[in-house]
Amino acid sequence: MLEITNLTATAGGTEILRGITLTVNAGEVHAIMGPNGSGKSTLAQVLAGHPAYEVTGGSVRYQGQDLLDMEPEARAQAGIFLAFQYPVEIPGVTNAYFLRAAYNAKRTAQGLEELDPMDFLDLLEEKLKLVEWGPEIMSRAVNAGFSGGEKKRNEILQMAVLEPTLAILDETDSGLDIDALKIVADGVNALRRPDSATIVVTHYQRLLNHIVPDYVHVLAGGRIVKSGGKELALELEARGYEWLTEAAGAAA
Amino acid sequence: MTSPVESLVQQEYKYGFVTNIEADTVPRGLNEDLIRLISAKKQEPAFLLEWRLAAYRRWLEMTEPHWPNVQYPPIDYQDIIYYSAPKQVKPLGSLDEVDPELLATYEKLGISLSEQKRLSGVAVDAIFDSVSVATTFKDKLKEHGVIFCSFSDAVREHPELVRKYLGSVVPAGDNFFAALNAAVFTDGSFVYIPKGVTCPMELSTYFRINAADTGQFERTLIVADEGATVSYLEGCTAPKRDTNQLHAAVVELVALEGATIKYSTVQNWYAGDSEGRGGIYNFVTKRGKCAGARSRITWTQVETGSAITWKYPSVILQGDDSIGEFYSVAVVNNRQQADTGTKMIHVGRNTRSTIISKGISAGRGQNSYRGLVKMLPKAVGARNYTQCDSMLIGNACGAHTFPYIDVQHPSASVEHEASTSKIGEDQIFYCKQRGLDTEDAISMIVNGFCKDVFQNLPMEFAVEAQKLLGISLEGSVG
Repeated sequence: MLEITNLTATAGGTEILRGITLTVNAGEVHAIMGPNGSGKSTLAQVLAGHPAYEVTGGSVRYQGQDLLDMEPEARAQAGIFLAFQYPVEIPGVTNAYFLRAAYNAKRTAQGLEELDPMDFLDLLEEKLKLVEWGPEIMSRAVNAGFSGGEKKRNEILQMAVLEPTLAILDETDSGLDIDALKIVADGVNALRRPDSATIVVTHYQRLLNHIVPDYVHVLAGGRIVKSGGKELALELEARGYEWLTEAAGAAA
Repeated sequence: MTSPVESLVQQEYKYGFVTNIEADTVPRGLNEDLIRLISAKKQEPAFLLEWRLAAYRRWLEMTEPHWPNVQYPPIDYQDIIYYSAPKQVKPLGSLDEVDPELLATYEKLGISLSEQKRLSGVAVDAIFDSVSVATTFKDKLKEHGVIFCSFSDAVREHPELVRKYLGSVVPAGDNFFAALNAAVFTDGSFVYIPKGVTCPMELSTYFRINAADTGQFERTLIVADEGATVSYLEGCTAPKRDTNQLHAAVVELVALEGATIKYSTVQNWYAGDSEGRGGIYNFVTKRGKCAGARSRITWTQVETGSAITWKYPSVILQGDDSIGEFYSVAVVNNRQQADTGTKMIHVGRNTRSTIISKGISAGRGQNSYRGLVKMLPKAVGARNYTQCDSMLIGNACGAHTFPYIDVQHPSASVEHEASTSKIGEDQIFYCKQRGLDTEDAISMIVNGFCKDVFQNLPMEFAVEAQKLLGISLEGSVG
């Protein structure tokens, strides 16, 4: 589904990704771990097409298409969803309006008819259950005045509505208490499909107790320095990142 | 690195066409003889001519104000044509007699003057250059005792009302542009709602500047008698031209005891091109007087057009327990400049005012909020709440806030909140990541920002305003 080959990228002239190669197939969950500043979030942002990052080399193919050639909205319409580490507030725009606009943008791109507000409300009702929210959240402005945990839950709600093919969760666990973490993780698990894949970017192993990865990759200094199964996450929890980053430093 | 928002296309101003119609036009320039000529053309009573001449003499002694935060080359007041009217053989008896060319013009602007085609809820007075060309639903309104007609008709048919209220809120010598207007005003709308009557439909005036090198000086007077209620809308457009045109209007509102006036404006005069050539100078004095107890005046404005806007719709809260409100969205793009805000003058006891101002600056536009909240010594228990938010789009525009607060009674309370935000790449990227394109993203963010104001507009207008905002800001981000 996703094939990243030797990807390099800079932000403001500083090289952050220094050659990432990674293949993600349908049905898989990949965890990207690593210390602060290793390039985890950058990778997530680059895949989504954030304009602050410049891709300087390598390629990314998504479902047979050249992903790097696509506008961010086209990537979203093609099923890529980024759950933001810091979701943005949009005052005055209700959650319901925003979600419907996003949902219909995707439908339009797929050549389907837009859903009218009433039908959309029915759809929302189902999705709200997943994040254990009542309908009152729909009349609140997008993320405005939301707590950190509420913002993350809102990301998962958006994900539930948009049903992505490739979901990228960027530090979705940061700032969540254990109950919220469980709601978020349960939501993500419920949304897994055989034809979809998930990339979980996280600093801590804790989230991976709930969203169990098939593969774990450790990013350090802009490269993947080690890949393994879910047990690698436990090892990292026990030993920290230092032994890997030192090895990577020696190799470089 | 290319910003995703740099590539939008500038949408054309779609109201920029010119109507070819034979006009009765006076020579350029301003003097007492010209004022006599205008007054004679309009067959005005002597008191009005005297009022005009007195205003003119005051004006000669006044100097143009330069305190607004706007810049423009000097205006040559002798190079303006002060009167231009489509030629008509006789006064109109009915809409059937309106020149088809004019009807077509308004159709093109989306304003049908045919009563059958109109939404039944809105009556329209159509002002074309210096004169009113048609007023719809006059008869239906008459059944309720509501007078809605052109100012000229009001002068002829209801001189006692005009004489009583004209200049009672904005005196002839109030300021430079108000004095100029008083001297040369040509037409406008007149509304009178009798005691206890709630006007059965929305009233609206559509102002159209057509002729070149003319100034438009209209004057609107709305009087809501005791316990009366009215909602009034105003819309404005003009052709695209390379030269600037002056629009110096005066609006006076009088709300007697228990009366409510809601005055909404969607101002979309031609704004000039992206380099700042052409466009309307919109120098307007709007003021309402809550003359009676428990009266209420609400100004709602969406200002997207004009090269320069200079206006402060204000309320004098004279009656005890009266309420004044000002809701404003002002948008500047390209080289537009706006210096707008309000004055809330609290005179009576327990008077309350609310000011919500949303300024949006894009391109190289400069947007200033200027507001005065004044609590006079007898304004016991008066309260004001002001919220003043600015949004910047891009790096070349400016937002400025000039609040003036003058409290002369210790029990009065004034609250002022202000914020400035920038539509960031992050906000737009967030929307794009959810599948929305840049235009939709900006339109959504900006409309959300303006929501507090839009919800005060009549339904039909709110939709228009949202669309207009989208058009005004297209191509603005970079």
